Amino acid sequence: MVSKGTLLEVVDLCKSFGGIQAVNLISFTLQEGELLGIIGPNGSGKTTLINLITGFVKPTSGKIAYRGMNITGWPAYRIIRLGIARTFQMVRPFYHLPAYKNMIVPLYSPRVKRLKGGRYGDRDAIALDLLEEVGFERDSFVAYKVASALPQGYLKRLELAKAIALEPDLIILDELFSGLSLAEVASIVPIIEKLRQQGKTIIMIEHRLKELFRIVDRVIVLNFGMKIAEGLPSEIMDNEEVKRAYLGTEV
Amino acid sequence: MAKRKERIDRGIKVRSEDIFALLSWKEMLYLAFPRLIPIVGLLIAPLFLNIYWQRVLISVCVFSLLAISWDILAQSGMISLGQSLFFGIGAYISGVLNHYFHISPYITICLATLLGALLCTLLLLPVLRLRGIYFSMVTLVIPLMLVRIIEATKIFGGTEGLSGLDSFGSPWIEVYMIVVILLICLFGFRRMMDSDYGLVLRAINDDDRSVINAGINIYLFKSQALFISGAIGAFTGAFVTHVYMFVGMPVFALDYSILPIAAAVVGGPGNLAGATFGAFILVPLSELLRGIGGLRIVLYGIFLVVFIVALPEGIFHFIKRKYFQFERWVEV
Repeated sequence: MVSKGTLLEVVDLCKSFGGIQAVNLISFTLQEGELLGIIGPNGSGKTTLINLITGFVKPTSGKIAYRGMNITGWPAYRIIRLGIARTFQMVRPFYHLPAYKNMIVPLYSPRVKRLKGGRYGDRDAIALDLLEEVGFERDSFVAYKVASALPQGYLKRLELAKAIALEPDLIILDELFSGLSLAEVASIVPIIEKLRQQGKTIIMIEHRLKELFRIVDRVIVLNFGMKIAEGLPSEIMDNEEVKRAYLGTEV
Repeated sequence: MAKRKERIDRGIKVRSEDIFALLSWKEMLYLAFPRLIPIVGLLIAPLFLNIYWQRVLISVCVFSLLAISWDILAQSGMISLGQSLFFGIGAYISGVLNHYFHISPYITICLATLLGALLCTLLLLPVLRLRGIYFSMVTLVIPLMLVRIIEATKIFGGTEGLSGLDSFGSPWIEVYMIVVILLICLFGFRRMMDSDYGLVLRAINDDDRSVINAGINIYLFKSQALFISGAIGAFTGAFVTHVYMFVGMPVFALDYSILPIAAAVVGGPGNLAGATFGAFILVPLSELLRGIGGLRIVLYGIFLVVFIVALPEGIFHFIKRKYFQFERWVEV
């Protein structure tokens, strides 16, 4: 992938909750079109980092720049309107609404309105198209089911579809694969590859390293809120410090 | 042999949810009938009622509107315990405008609706970020505070209130005005809540962070819902002021907060028609029980508890289900 410039720049980002340093002086840059993986043991600050970038949590110090614009401390909805979409690790669908009605909310957002012009046709139809893209079979009832009746695999897909509906430039996937079977992961990987072909930049947080390392360009490893390693997947796999962080002792 | 109840949607419902493929006049009537009952019923009912029951009908419509106002907020994720705030502010605005500036009731009502809604929105704007019970507590407290302010500073007539306000002139105008407004609000706002705009409001109730995650400013949407709900509440307050030709501290009474909630809960929360339906049961019931004196409230309370325990989904949802579904016992 040819790099087209810096999309996201994070400089010395810090966040402390009380006395705990959840994110400690993390810096990295993200090139347009890149697929960045962020890994690390439980509680290493991965999700907090995402919450900081998307504005759900305000940083204690540090700077976040998107396309050269300083977005530090912006409210989440404004950051998301810029074109950063995320999924939640614990899925957050609208449980009372049918799956396809879940899609109406992102489709109603000002960003989509701006991109597509005022009236752009039937939202329900667009919603069903998007759901089909992530694997809701069109000729079944599954897209019409209430979200609370859907199995975990579909909820994860719904979460992904909601992010895609925003037509973002940067998609942040927070443990999309967790809780999915190998077959389900295998069916979602092509969707991610298709997004890359469309030129989207993607950040993936993942515990399923095997699946992740196959598709990412670059990996950042976090431990105790700090960045302990960064590099190509092959380099990370051989890194002694990473092994120690994951396994606790010498291998 | 174990048996279980099987529910099957009537074909007409399945077909009419999104697309309209009506095959006969019978099916058309089947869909239109539930909507025609309230429209035709409400429009001709005043003709058959004596002056006392016309007053009751006005009261029913007032509480229906308050219940609708409560339900719009509740569907948007804001449980209000202070519908009397909206009601009282609307009542006082129109009362003051009429008493001190001698403005015609028809104009004071319009002004009270808009100004009242604006004032309520501004009052509650700082607490929009609060969720759940915290928001409810604030809405409960503000009307109580306003009562004490009026009592202590003796503004707007103090404890005496403002009496001798202009009325609409004819009981027929009163009853038809509130009936027509109720029908417009009921069907208009039902349509709104079913639209994509209403869907966003209902989504905020489900999961507000997920709505933020769609790049939507939920506080803008919440304040709009608050304005709409405030406008309905303020209108009812202003209307009642001119019907009774009086405005005073009782307009902030707890009745106007609690009864709409009871109506919405009995009728079926999450559905404006349910809220209206609840008011149409509770208010006349309360009038009928008036004859038995002191034990009225006890019976009323028992009735409420029985209904909430027996039909937690609400009467309206129950009837709707019976209307649109077959039920039969099948062997498992």
